[in-house]
Amino acid sequence: MKNLPKWIDLVLIPAINLFLAFMISGLVVVYIGENPFRAMQIIINGSLGSAYGLGYTLYYATNFIFTGLAVAVAFHARMFNIGGEGQAMIGGLGTALVCLFIDWPHWTIALPFAIMSAALFGAAWSAIPAYLQARRGSHIVITTIMFNFIAYSMMVYLLVHVLKPKGQMAPESAKFVAGSNLPSAHDIFGWFGMAFPKSPPLNVTFLLAMLACFLIWLFIWRTRMGYAIRAFGWSETAAVYAGISPFKIIMVTMLVSGGLAGMMSINSVMGEAERLLIDSVQGAGFVGIAAALMGRSHPLGVFLAAVLFGVLYQGGAELEFEMPAVSREMIVVIQALVILFTGALENLVRVPIGRIFMKLNAKQN
Amino acid sequence: MDTKVQHDSAAPMIELRGISKSFGPVQANKNINLKVSKGSIHGIVGENGAGKSTLMSILYGFYKSDSGEIYINGKQINITDSHVAIEAGIGMVHQHFKLVENFTVLENVILGMENSFLINTALNNARVLLSELASTYSLEVDPDALIEDLSVGHQQRVEILKALYRQADILILDEPTGVLTPAEADHLFNILRNLSKEGKTIILITHKLKEIMSVTDTVSVMRRGEMTATLETSKTTPQELAELMVGRSVLLRIEKDATEVGGKSLEVHNLSVMDKRGVTALKNVSFHVRKGEILGIAGVAGNGQTELLEALGGISPATGTMKIDGEEIPLHDKGSDARSRREYGVSHVPEDRQKLGLILDFFAWENIAFGYHHNDEFNKNWLLMDNRKTREIARQEMAKFDIRPPTPNNLVKNFSGGNQQKIVLARELEQNPKVLIVGQPTRGVDIGAIEFIHQKIIELRNKGVAILLVSVELDEIFSLSDRVAVLFDGKIIGERITEETNESELGLLMAGIEDGPEEQPAMESVA
Repeated sequence: MKNLPKWIDLVLIPAINLFLAFMISGLVVVYIGENPFRAMQIIINGSLGSAYGLGYTLYYATNFIFTGLAVAVAFHARMFNIGGEGQAMIGGLGTALVCLFIDWPHWTIALPFAIMSAALFGAAWSAIPAYLQARRGSHIVITTIMFNFIAYSMMVYLLVHVLKPKGQMAPESAKFVAGSNLPSAHDIFGWFGMAFPKSPPLNVTFLLAMLACFLIWLFIWRTRMGYAIRAFGWSETAAVYAGISPFKIIMVTMLVSGGLAGMMSINSVMGEAERLLIDSVQGAGFVGIAAALMGRSHPLGVFLAAVLFGVLYQGGAELEFEMPAVSREMIVVIQALVILFTGALENLVRVPIGRIFMKLNAKQN
Repeated sequence: MDTKVQHDSAAPMIELRGISKSFGPVQANKNINLKVSKGSIHGIVGENGAGKSTLMSILYGFYKSDSGEIYINGKQINITDSHVAIEAGIGMVHQHFKLVENFTVLENVILGMENSFLINTALNNARVLLSELASTYSLEVDPDALIEDLSVGHQQRVEILKALYRQADILILDEPTGVLTPAEADHLFNILRNLSKEGKTIILITHKLKEIMSVTDTVSVMRRGEMTATLETSKTTPQELAELMVGRSVLLRIEKDATEVGGKSLEVHNLSVMDKRGVTALKNVSFHVRKGEILGIAGVAGNGQTELLEALGGISPATGTMKIDGEEIPLHDKGSDARSRREYGVSHVPEDRQKLGLILDFFAWENIAFGYHHNDEFNKNWLLMDNRKTREIARQEMAKFDIRPPTPNNLVKNFSGGNQQKIVLARELEQNPKVLIVGQPTRGVDIGAIEFIHQKIIELRNKGVAILLVSVELDEIFSLSDRVAVLFDGKIIGERITEETNESELGLLMAGIEDGPEEQPAMESVA
């Protein structure tokens, strides 16, 4: 297939994919006897129609931005990091250690250290699969997914036996020190004299996520390392010809990727829960894969896709509440359909669209 | 323009009438008419991008023409896909073979044509047919050999057998000698002559005018999508064909003056390389190249050329010593990678531009910095690259090397082979190297570009750069190099001053027949 114009690749195809996903979801809703248009309306209204809904939507989106960027960075080196889930979990451990045992005077001081710790722990968790890939050729997909399970088991052990305060029933850490609590959207709007509901967990990390998008764009498209990563991703043999070390590229890419996944915990652990829970990631690592696929590994695309998945999460929760016939599982089905169509089945639409475009183009000339 | 050939009696085997095809704004084929008579060998020549491959793809059903008709044996056929083409008796041997490497010859031949529930029936039928074909056309191949164990020449025979097994009466060969040794190419031409004697019609697409002259009955020239001439081969000359192809007169051999040769710039001593399978690919190779001198490495492909280039270019480790202007350079472990090789002033134009030399999905300007992306000229500061400046440098180099289209913001995969090669050359030559290592600089490159590339290499030599040229094209070795060394089975088995040797002497060395008086009778028997 020849090159398609950018607008088709970046706008039209994702839009059609999304439309197909919603159409099939709509059929599912019709099948259980509900009105799909009303369902759609509930999803949109519930996620974007109020400051309350938006607060939740963007909170979810923040998680997906970090895990999405993690997958996107690795994609540029042609590596499929599906260990975002585990890396984010271990990142959460890093965040928790910083926020539990040091009595921070103010969140502005705690935040940089928490970010460093979260990124370091996440990166460390991806370093082992990366090393095995770079030196031994063990496939990164296999090792990272195994490391998700190891991470989960490790968190269970730590929370049940080590970090759980004495006398507490739930397997979770103590509450973090007050000086590490991040300002929520309610607080931030308050500084400017504006109102924002108190309950949505949206916090300052959202701004951090936007900054991360910009920095990753800069890293991939403006630095020598990014150049080398992209070259390696397109052709390993050519990269070696150019004096680019595959070992170095695999290690650096996976460390950055793991670090980004780890930083997700700033939002969910430090920003929202303010304690370490046993499953602080809740599948965001996997949604990140879909966000990266749909966003075509571009930070802006990842951002938009992350917001879309935020809409689905929050809107889905509303739908479950408003339409009792639509069960929790049904929401998961709808989310899965979107992931399926925008991620895995992306070429389903690309090929015919490309063909139609070629025909139209030929006619014009 | 119609063909007038000796066997013009019946309807032509292939007739194309008014074939046109465009891709977007590019018209790849414009109103093409062609007649090829049964049992003839018809050559199609033209520069890259002239529309040869498009035309053949239309005939083989990969593309559908926008207008025009195709007649096979006098009958109009609407070739909608390759199945129709195969049904009509058209077989194609692609430039890049389409074989399953870990299947045997037989399994490859019947692939897609098993025609029975149990594979053994088909295999046995094919075995009988194959041995018949082998004796009729001297297409001998071991039917039970794995493809990956066969030489390139034999793999090509399998491709031809595949087409014949599908009862092809018309064979299209796309650049068939690009990967063959001179001897293998000669054998191929014998096969083609046998096939045409048995009534098969052959279309040969090639860049090499020598092949056209030696094997074809008629020849068509394509330029910019049009068929500019169809001629009888016996009534034309390579010079005339070259001019028709390029649209202006070309130098088939570059003129080069004697230069002042300086001291030894590149010295290699006892270079040995083990390949990935643990086989010694290079054995104690020693040579030197002086400043302002081109040393040609001749030899049949697969005798250690690739390993030599990769060892010198810092791509794979080797043992022995390598010196640039007297300074020893590590050949393995620390400091032996391609980046440090460049820092020592060694530029490398690799033999496979698409796999090694370029990132096809990068823009032209990104490729101009490739391998040199640490150099100050491409960087703004310690962190960021200077994309604007790199684009500007690319624009200048592209103008200087006449790369078309001269737009840096174009993906490299959208350039033709010749222009891709010029991008690699522009990048490597503009770094003012002390030593230039060049592998197959004009492989798959059209005549106009060959002339240009050769001139640039000579220019660099005249500036005093030591150049090592590895090429399987003897013509190229003769027109460029000052001295020739012949690589055989990983060893240099002979070295000559270019002006004091000839093709037959080098041909013997390439076949592994070494110097020395005791070898004399062998030489005569081969000659």
